[in-house]
Amino acid sequence: MARNRIHPHMFALYVSFASILMMFGALTSAYIVRHAAGDWLEFNLPTYFYFSTAALLLSSIALHYSYRSFIGNNERGYKIFLPIALVLGSIFVVLQYYGWNALFNMGVDLKLNVSGSFLYLITGLHALHILGGLACIIVAIINAFTLPYQPTVKRQVRFRLVLHYWHFVDVLWIYLLAFLLIVK
Amino acid sequence: MAHVHVKPSDPIDILIEEQGLDDHFHDHHDGDKYQSGFIGHYIFSMDHKIIARQFLITGIFWAIIGAGMSIIFRLQLGFPEADLQWIKPLLGKWIISNDGIGQLSPEFYYALVTMHGTILVFFVLTAGLSGTFSNLLIPLQVGARDMASPFLNMLSYWFFFMASCVMFYSLFLSTGPFSGGWTGYPPLSALPQASTGSGTGMTLWLVSLTLFVVSVLLGGINYITTVLNLRTKGMGMFRMPLTIWAFFVTAILGLLSFPVLASGFFMLIFDRGLGTSFFLSEIFIDGQALDRVGGSPILYQHLFWFLGHPEVYIIILPAMGIVSEVLSVHARKPIFGYKAMVYSILGIGFLSFIVWAHHMFMSGVNPFLSNFFVIFTLIIAVPSAIKVFNWITTLYGGNLRFCTAMLFSIGFVSMFISGGLTGIFLGNSAIDIQLHDTYFVVAHFHIVMGIAAFFGMYAGVYHWFPKMFGRFMNETLGKIHFWVTIIGAYAIFWPMHYLGMAGVPRRYYSFDTFDAFKHFGPMNEFITIAAIVVFSAQILMVINFFYSIFKGKRMTTKNPYGANTLEWTTPIDTGHGNWPGKIPAVHRWAYDYGKDGKEYIPQVMPLAEGEVEGDSH
Repeated sequence: MARNRIHPHMFALYVSFASILMMFGALTSAYIVRHAAGDWLEFNLPTYFYFSTAALLLSSIALHYSYRSFIGNNERGYKIFLPIALVLGSIFVVLQYYGWNALFNMGVDLKLNVSGSFLYLITGLHALHILGGLACIIVAIINAFTLPYQPTVKRQVRFRLVLHYWHFVDVLWIYLLAFLLIVK
Repeated sequence: MAHVHVKPSDPIDILIEEQGLDDHFHDHHDGDKYQSGFIGHYIFSMDHKIIARQFLITGIFWAIIGAGMSIIFRLQLGFPEADLQWIKPLLGKWIISNDGIGQLSPEFYYALVTMHGTILVFFVLTAGLSGTFSNLLIPLQVGARDMASPFLNMLSYWFFFMASCVMFYSLFLSTGPFSGGWTGYPPLSALPQASTGSGTGMTLWLVSLTLFVVSVLLGGINYITTVLNLRTKGMGMFRMPLTIWAFFVTAILGLLSFPVLASGFFMLIFDRGLGTSFFLSEIFIDGQALDRVGGSPILYQHLFWFLGHPEVYIIILPAMGIVSEVLSVHARKPIFGYKAMVYSILGIGFLSFIVWAHHMFMSGVNPFLSNFFVIFTLIIAVPSAIKVFNWITTLYGGNLRFCTAMLFSIGFVSMFISGGLTGIFLGNSAIDIQLHDTYFVVAHFHIVMGIAAFFGMYAGVYHWFPKMFGRFMNETLGKIHFWVTIIGAYAIFWPMHYLGMAGVPRRYYSFDTFDAFKHFGPMNEFITIAAIVVFSAQILMVINFFYSIFKGKRMTTKNPYGANTLEWTTPIDTGHGNWPGKIPAVHRWAYDYGKDGKEYIPQVMPLAEGEVEGDSH
């Protein structure tokens, strides 16, 4: 029967993705509508945003490797790659911050033009979602180093929740970056 | 919870033990985790039944405040000359003294209208209605121990509670709560200097509703996951009661539309606090040009109504689901056209996302674009008419029990027809030129989603009160409540159609200076008196509600109505985990009433030899 084909918490996570997508979908739609109306300042994205993208992708890969190690009885790989994912994720946030600073120094502040306002709002809101994910990874790290290594079903599900959320915000960022590059 | 296993004697309990699903729930002592101690049980409860009651009682609290506000502004509209000095103890400085005659201050009139809308739409008819009944009925009727995530479910209520606290606090600000209309259109909502309520009042409004969005999302994630993931053995999607279908689609609508509102709110917060110009274009205040350029207030309207239109279905679909169930149970007949009902719910849910601009015909959107929205708006009449036809056909030839729940369900159908028909007028962009922003609109949406949704909610409260509190509500008081409410509601809103057709604009403080509208004074008096009578009947209902919790007639059998759905197989005092033993398995749909000579056949009964399932006979 329908019961337990997929863990309810995993399913709930996927449902919440739909919700997050709608939020960013609304922002990018508003962006397109406002863009079409003119009075739109064009500027190039600072290179920091590309480096941050690379950091986030690597972080996703590291977390994935850590999860594979966790379920594959590779305790070393699990405990090494989990902090690496956290560090790379944090580097993403720092680089985003440098990106905003670079924009500000170019003269594109929050108020100059609505194109800049949109950029700060969209990337800022995405960074908040990243911070939420980092908090979850920190909890995972605490679990990894305080609990005995036991890949039980319950812990696998919890890890998978973090992993899939992290992949999701990663893919979401790639969408947002591509969007900001194409519609500008 | 007793861990000693008592052998069941009731035939339904025996069936559940024989055929049910053993999930070893009671082996883990999980049940006791939530039941220990007063705080864990009644306050920070993770039990869906307690959370449902928390939503309901908070909703009642807000309903009294929201409806009370409408009485105060109706006094202004009906009796503009009257001395309102006597409400000064309550409203304080908002009653201004004019030669010794107390008058409602215009600023506060606008604040009351705004808060009435916000409170009723979001706190009462979203949280109070779908929050209550989704929580109560989804796990019980699909055969689950609780929601998919009881913790998120608890958070959902407490985010609503926080939103309530913030909004309630804003009512007492010295500058008053937000007063720019419940839709919060910029620039009134974007510029703190626009009006008294646009300052702190609006800030708190935004904080409160952002918390509310979080509450709706946490609840919705749970409802969807529970329906799709935690149905019991045999509970196929097309065996679910229509209540569950309605709550399920409602949750999907909320989950997809509230984030869009959140986006709009974030942009509004940026405009208010950080000096951006998403929604603000060249504006002069006190002769001073603001430095905001290039924004579009219409953009906010699009974002708002992308939520706002699905929101009205978020309000009405749960009521429709409740009414379908109550009508069928008390007519002792299967619901007519079950699958048509399901597809109508899905159709309405889908269409609700592509009609939002019919709220904006007069905002300057392209008339060619309007045509698109007109057509889809009018198409909503099709699934709505299917549902109305099926409700009436369910009643036809039924063995009707005219209990209060049933009366409110029939009243719902009446209201939905009356209000739905005027929707066809308003859905036309040409007629909207005359009717927009008039009392015709007020009459339309109050009847079709205000009163109708309240009727659905009342039907649910009277019907499931025994499941919530183990006692019945008083039927005599209930019937008085019903008859006063249905007659009074028509008395309030029917005349408003005439006002609207004559062009009387909504939200105006006074019509004294308009020659064209002066002669409607007596009609406005009549409406106000009717509103006061209806409000008194609702107070009667609240008294009945709280009295019956403690002193109502006790429920002595598990299934007092002879209903088929699973919630009536649980013990009278339903503990955590809902069923003391196994989870019942389901063998048939929920609407086998009057089949094969039996009055009703619960869903847990296996099909008889040679019996064909469903209404295919």
